Amino acid sequence: MVEEAGIPTLCMTSALDITQAVKPPRSVFVNFPLGHQTGRPNDPAMQRQIVHDAMRAFETIATPGDIVQLPYVWDPSDRTWETQDYTKGWMPKRPSPEASDLAEAERVARYSK
Amino acid sequence: MPVAYIPRTRELYSDFTPYRWVENETVPWTPIRKPIAQSKIALMSSGGIMYRDQPRFHYEDASYRRIPRDAAREDLYIWHFGYRTADAEKDPNCVFPLERMRELEAEHIIGELSDPAFSFMGGVYSARKVRDLLAPNIVDELKRAHVDAFYLVPA
Repeated sequence: MVEEAGIPTLCMTSALDITQAVKPPRSVFVNFPLGHQTGRPNDPAMQRQIVHDAMRAFETIATPGDIVQLPYVWDPSDRTWETQDYTKGWMPKRPSPEASDLAEAERVARYSK
Repeated sequence: MPVAYIPRTRELYSDFTPYRWVENETVPWTPIRKPIAQSKIALMSSGGIMYRDQPRFHYEDASYRRIPRDAAREDLYIWHFGYRTADAEKDPNCVFPLERMRELEAEHIIGELSDPAFSFMGGVYSARKVRDLLAPNIVDELKRAHVDAFYLVPA
């Protein structure tokens, strides 16, 4: 919709099969676990590389629907996430509603005068 | 091998009606009009990021949040049920690379990071809701901000 409104778009993805079905105008694929699209926590060098590559892809993608695949590897010595992620039991238990509401109240209280 | 998310999603949510994936035949296209180094770029994440005391997201939520482009890390919070958020809570840049975009702007690799950045909670079952409620609002925001390009990062 944004593209149709005249604004060039680019999206990142770690889900190649979904992206191939949706066909966004420009995509950049990184084979990382969900929740880590632009890199490891507190690893600004890797994050910067990924985001920089994505910015470059705005200029290099010339065919609508193309998916640029970046070569970064999450962990060369541990690929268990590729079989575990997004399977039953992979998501941690949700906090109780009471715990959630308490955390929420604390967050809001932090900013009230 | 990239993870096959479509069959894995079907299995994970097997207690629910099978999800009907959007499959597009055609691809919309707007060519870029200027180099990225001269472009104003808007960042959006579907990771469920909120700023300070902005309202929390909820299930089937088509709302979005405006995040000031210079937001400090300690003022960013996450609500999302569909991915393991622990690392993003430690460092939101994993799914919302605001700090990295600010740096690329300072280095003149991008022209400008648009203010504000945006986030929504991507775990919305209804594609219609996203298309009819969320997307038009985002289009309006981007036009108002006169952005040259739009960068979407999923969680």
